[in-house]
Amino acid sequence: MLFGRRRTWAMLAALALVPVLVAVAVRIEDPGRDGPPFLGSITSNGLFVSLTAMTVSIPLFLPLTVGVVAGDTIAGEASLGTLRYLLVAPAGRLRLLAVKMAGAAAFCLAAATTIALTGALVGAALFPVGPVTLLSGDTVGLGGYAVRLGLLVLYVALSLLGLSAVGLFISTLTTVPVGAMAATVVLAGAAQVLGQLPQLEVIHPWLFSAHWLGFADLLRSPLDLGSLGENALLQLAYLAVFGSLAYGRFTTKDVLS
Amino acid sequence: MTPQVGAPLAVETRGLSKVFGSQRAVDDVSLQVPRGSVFGFLGPNGSGKTTTIRILLGLAAATEGEVRLLGEPMPGRGAVVLPHVGALVEGPGFYPFLSGRDNLRRLDAADPTTTPRTRRTRVEEALERVGLSHAAAKKVHAYSLGMKQRLGLANALLRPRQLLVLDEPTNGLDPQGTREVRHLVRSLSEDGTTVFVSSHLLGEIEQMCDSTAVMSAGRLVWQGGMEALRAEGRARVRVRTPDVAEARACLAGLGLEPDLEGPALLAAPLVDGVATEQAVAALVAAGVRVRGVEVSGETLEDRYVALTGEGFDVAG
Ligand SMILES: Nc1ncnc2c1ncn2[C@@H]1O[C@H](COP(=O)(O)OP(=O)(O)O)[C@@H](O)[C@H]1O
Ligand SMILES: [Mg+2]
Repeated sequence: MLFGRRRTWAMLAALALVPVLVAVAVRIEDPGRDGPPFLGSITSNGLFVSLTAMTVSIPLFLPLTVGVVAGDTIAGEASLGTLRYLLVAPAGRLRLLAVKMAGAAAFCLAAATTIALTGALVGAALFPVGPVTLLSGDTVGLGGYAVRLGLLVLYVALSLLGLSAVGLFISTLTTVPVGAMAATVVLAGAAQVLGQLPQLEVIHPWLFSAHWLGFADLLRSPLDLGSLGENALLQLAYLAVFGSLAYGRFTTKDVLS
Repeated sequence: MTPQVGAPLAVETRGLSKVFGSQRAVDDVSLQVPRGSVFGFLGPNGSGKTTTIRILLGLAAATEGEVRLLGEPMPGRGAVVLPHVGALVEGPGFYPFLSGRDNLRRLDAADPTTTPRTRRTRVEEALERVGLSHAAAKKVHAYSLGMKQRLGLANALLRPRQLLVLDEPTNGLDPQGTREVRHLVRSLSEDGTTVFVSSHLLGEIEQMCDSTAVMSAGRLVWQGGMEALRAEGRARVRVRTPDVAEARACLAGLGLEPDLEGPALLAAPLVDGVATEQAVAALVAAGVRVRGVEVSGETLEDRYVALTGEGFDVAG
């Protein structure tokens, strides 16, 4: 259903544009050592396009699209008047929430995959491709790089689960989808701002955005999955808390739309 | 488990109330809808029909009172009961970016008890039944209001149902569509489906239903057979005379309450114990020049207006 919508594909297309822009910009003018991480490495190895594109998308683009999808889950159905028909079908309120959360998670995975794959393809088309030098100085072949890119996609998709759960909860509070989308995106921004204030250091590990850019461990040798595990725990905790809140709210809510 | 097929009432509520802020949108409503009936839920705009229907279907929680649908308590047993209930609530709701057919398929899939294998045929049959087959592939945003309403009806008919709850099903339909809905309701009723249909239009309920409940400002003001509602209206006697003042005094002496309906026309509801001929004899004896007498039953519309109040004030 989510993937039967033109809007979903438009957002994925917009995400695919990020690596394309990165690659084309570097092609036109070699950046030297300035700019976002990995950018300077692109001219020597096109595979780095994926990493650069992912890094620049994480703070804004990815949360934006995830906010739209997660904020729309319940409020979107309510505003179309389809929510009441789903419930008398009867879809079951818990089941509906679970399906909606699963849809949002699938979108997170699709979004991260889109950026990684488009990046690799565009990079390979515009630049030389070869064994990749990792942050630890070791070099891996294409197969090894593919594994790490797969893990990176998983990491980023996982990173966005907490935000999706928050969006799902907000979506049960209103019948105005745009409101729920905006609130979710604003929270994503707020979490990142809070994450940059040193005075609030105590809460930093608890922000859902705490590990968003912490995927460097995946690009070292030997492979360290510690940060992936930590991030997974945090995101699952958000999923549990906000999933429960959404459940508590949605199963007792009068559907009057 | 299927709902108790033997339960004599398709819908039963006891002391149902719903409070919105300070307003009692539904106030102590006890409905009894017999199985197999076509039941009209009649009331002006804002009288609480849709709110009651939402509570029946488990969409909203009652502030007080109980609901049984097909013999099972709601909302507790919704997962068991609702597959046997088709509903149209407060107008249709569809995804504008999907075709009519795809909308129905999706709603059918939302019910975990449906069989995916028969989905395709059931959807086509439902579309056929409401006359939408030719527009099934069109996106719903290109549908007219009447077409959406038909699609809403098709959704209620996706599987054989024991009970249909239709909230204002003819809204937005042309006279032709309204007639089709009447035929549809009749044929469904002949198949044994109980139909609970709400409307603010007396004429519509009168033509479709065999029993009815009348709502006014959240309260149930009448409930029973359609015939009983018709019969309950009191007959009126109309007296045409130039001697209005004398006639009025004379009729009042008999215990009637005459009103002036025209320059030389008095009308009064007849009361028990006063036959028309008695009234005429008394008028003549009092020297009133009686130029015409007519007794007529109260129209159903008079009765409806008497029950629900007159004027354009919408409750709320
Ligand atoms: N979501 C709501 N919030 C507050 N009041 C409502 C809500 N829905 C309905 N009402 C009020 O409840 C009353 C009954 O409305 P409704 O059941 O829709 O009437 P009907 O269907 O008979 O036209 C109205 O006065 C309406 O203003
Ligand atoms: Mg209504």
